[in-house]
Amino acid sequence: MTAHIDKEVESVVIRFAGDSGDGMQLTGTQFTNSTALFGNDLATFPDFPAEIRAPLGTLAGVSGFQIHFGSTRVYTPGDQCDVLVVMNVAALKVNLNGLKKGGVIIVNTDGFDAKNLRLANVPEADNPLKNDSLSEYDVKTIDVTKITRTALADSGLGTKEIDRCKNMFVLGLIYWMYHREMDNTIDFIKAKFKKNEAVMNANIKTLTAGWNYGETTEMFANRFNVAKAKMDPGVYRGIMGNQAATYGLIAAAVKSGLPLFYGTYPITPASDILHELSKYKNFDIKTFQAEDEIAGICAAIGASFGGSLAVTGSSGPGIALKTEAIGLATMLELPLVVVNVQRAGPSTGLPTKTEQADLLQSFYGRNGECPVVILAAQSPADCFIMAYEACRIALEHMIPVFFLSDGYIANGAEPWKFPTAAELPAITVAFAEARNKGDEPFMPYLRDEKLGRPWAVPGTKGLEHRIGGLEKQNITGNISYDAMNHENMVKLRQEKVDRVANYIPAQTIDNGPEEGDLLILGWGGTYGALKTATLQLRGMGYNVSHAHLRYLNPFPANLGELLSKFKKVVIPELNNGQLVKIIRDKYFIDAIPYNKIQGQPFMAAEVVAKIKEILD
Amino acid sequence: MTEVAEKLTSKDFASDQEVRWCPGCGDYSILKQVQTVLPDLNRPREEFVFISGIGCSSRFPYYMDTFGMHSIHGRATAIATGLKATRPELSVWIITGDGDALSIGGNHFIHLLRRNPDVNVLLFNNQIYGLTKGQYSPTSEQGKVTKSTPMGSLDYPFNPIALSLGADATFVARSMDRDPKHLQTVIKRGYEHAGTSLVEIYQNCNVFNDGAFEIFTEKGSKKLETIMLENGKPLVFGENNDKGIKLDGFKPIIVDLNDASVNDLWIHDEEDLVKATILSRFYDDPSVDGHFPRPFGVFYVNNKKDTFDNLFNAQIAYAKETFGKGDLDKLIAGKETWVVN
Repeated sequence: MTAHIDKEVESVVIRFAGDSGDGMQLTGTQFTNSTALFGNDLATFPDFPAEIRAPLGTLAGVSGFQIHFGSTRVYTPGDQCDVLVVMNVAALKVNLNGLKKGGVIIVNTDGFDAKNLRLANVPEADNPLKNDSLSEYDVKTIDVTKITRTALADSGLGTKEIDRCKNMFVLGLIYWMYHREMDNTIDFIKAKFKKNEAVMNANIKTLTAGWNYGETTEMFANRFNVAKAKMDPGVYRGIMGNQAATYGLIAAAVKSGLPLFYGTYPITPASDILHELSKYKNFDIKTFQAEDEIAGICAAIGASFGGSLAVTGSSGPGIALKTEAIGLATMLELPLVVVNVQRAGPSTGLPTKTEQADLLQSFYGRNGECPVVILAAQSPADCFIMAYEACRIALEHMIPVFFLSDGYIANGAEPWKFPTAAELPAITVAFAEARNKGDEPFMPYLRDEKLGRPWAVPGTKGLEHRIGGLEKQNITGNISYDAMNHENMVKLRQEKVDRVANYIPAQTIDNGPEEGDLLILGWGGTYGALKTATLQLRGMGYNVSHAHLRYLNPFPANLGELLSKFKKVVIPELNNGQLVKIIRDKYFIDAIPYNKIQGQPFMAAEVVAKIKEILD
Repeated sequence: MTEVAEKLTSKDFASDQEVRWCPGCGDYSILKQVQTVLPDLNRPREEFVFISGIGCSSRFPYYMDTFGMHSIHGRATAIATGLKATRPELSVWIITGDGDALSIGGNHFIHLLRRNPDVNVLLFNNQIYGLTKGQYSPTSEQGKVTKSTPMGSLDYPFNPIALSLGADATFVARSMDRDPKHLQTVIKRGYEHAGTSLVEIYQNCNVFNDGAFEIFTEKGSKKLETIMLENGKPLVFGENNDKGIKLDGFKPIIVDLNDASVNDLWIHDEEDLVKATILSRFYDDPSVDGHFPRPFGVFYVNNKKDTFDNLFNAQIAYAKETFGKGDLDKLIAGKETWVVN
């Protein structure tokens, strides 16, 4: 037994990287769960290739999972990592520039053999383990493959199955380094492999072997303690964005008393919402995997006509296909939620990489004057409440609503102080009531104070009526080609969206004073990075504030006034400048764009540097 | 299905909207036959929903005093699937045309048929694009001279009956606008079928494709050029019912009943998919020598396949029964939580 010195650290960033078949996502998720249960604050960033099994050992096939955890509040997965775990040379090559100088590299040496060097396009003479290219880092070399094979020599498993346990060795070692309990992962392994005892035992044995390796070798002088974070008191759980969105939709169904219908077609990174929802049929959740994107939304429109809480979900390319049907829903004035988990575009783009480039598509991407309500979640857990809000607004205002998420928050995780069902705002739905002969004739486009029309579901006596994509006469809903009626209806549909501003919260400043030199105005999934950057800038003495938009159409009623209190407004976005166009247009201010279009989230340091450049 | 206290009449199903099809259009007859059949179904008006796409035929729902939706091009099938899945107690009808169902909506059409929700499809086939003023359609014969094909169309036409059988439809029938009684009977049978019923209706567009089906619908040629399918009955046709169809293995042969016995003829069996498939190929150009007569009536019925709406809702019911009604607080909390004091 070797004596190790325990060190206290405030926060740590670890990146697990390997081949897409190396199980890095699983390793990262397990470490995340155990860390969340321990009580650290955390944020994660899974970064994986689009190919399920990209060519083995190549740069294209590298899959990474980054976790930032700490005893203080954590808002991003971290700009640079302290520890980089690499299963092969390709993983090192792809991820090395994200490692802090002096950081720890844990290397599986077996992944640096001649074959792996060749696959990663590294000449054998340039093997980084055999020259001084890594001299600025603390490199720990371990032949994980060999140790795993030795540990499992008498497991009865074949080499292929044994090699699949390698990730557990690394996980065990990292658990040891950071004093994490392994119970949660052992329970997970037991449940996952309950039908295959040999594989179950092999995984547990390898996990333990990793822990013991840390404990018994002298390779690691230090172990690290990261104390529990000081979070708001309450009950927490860990949550990923798509999962939170799913629960938000289900919660809205339960609170509104309606069955939920989700019509969709599989697409990265939105499919997990379908997978999750499909598990909860006992909540009256009806999922429909249609033949294509168009059928997905059209089936949802049919369900909405019939009185269900109807939702369709996709990512940018699929939303493009749904465009015409969104126009139909706007004309029908039926409730519909359209989920867009954005990814880098245009066209197929970078399916597994994040971007915020569908904002203008949401605002303007339809024929004719076709305004819809647009909301965006700002973090993984925020997907819950914003998906819920999307349903509330759709149902109470009889209107289509976009709910925007993105690949980064959809797959990212964070601790969530979750609400109880009772704490959620009520969602009030009333179907139009049956009529008898002699009653006033039913008027399908008669409007309430929100400008919503009655929801008259088929099967209700006396409410027989026809709706469709042709322009309607206001109040009667009959087809009308009248010139002034059309203009009136276009204005009414716009006013209907605008009036939603009376039913959403006012915009607040997240951080900093309500007036000053510079406001960082963000929207959607960039919240964590912008918040961290703002905190750092304020720590350096800069007079900056940060406001983050979650309601984008309509904007909160006070937004114009809020913006007017700052000398400069900077709008960082993961696109080529979209919100900035709308803000300039609507408020006539000289907002400054700051754009990153690399399929990757903002790093706080990038934002800090940009703001300093503007202010200095 | 709710019982109706007072029997409705066809007038109860006519809306107050002025019918705006061209005078002489075959659509008028179809509208009339549907309005005639519905009261016999003994169901309250509010349970009927007519959903259409785009095209002349798709104006249909506006003229029915039921629930209705005139939707977007080719998508009525998908909209109806979502409605029927969530409201299985409703009687859902899809009104579509050869362009709407077989061109822009071709994908949804075949998937509707394979899924088999209990809906009724009335496919108005006039072999032309009417609303856009006369371009060839996916059922137009090759060589069709239209505004968009002045030198004749190149595309080979779809055979809607064969296509539907290929997509594993469970009820496949053909009728025509000019034979009200036959059309009423077929529509009614389609309604009674549990599953998707596909009724192709030959409908004359007297403005852009007048007389396309004349040879099948006019008195002078109808008896010789059509064969009226009746379950359990031999395939007989001809001016004096003097011709019949015999099967030689899988090969159909036209025989003269003056030389052959009626007992040797092919007996129509609606549940025989192989025979229905052969019948669906009676699709020759009537100007070709030795061509087969065009069959009308019910080609095929499959009562063994459960409906999509049944299966869809059975899963929900099973989940509720097995796992109990969902508990939102439990769901949100998940399995692993921790407390921060």
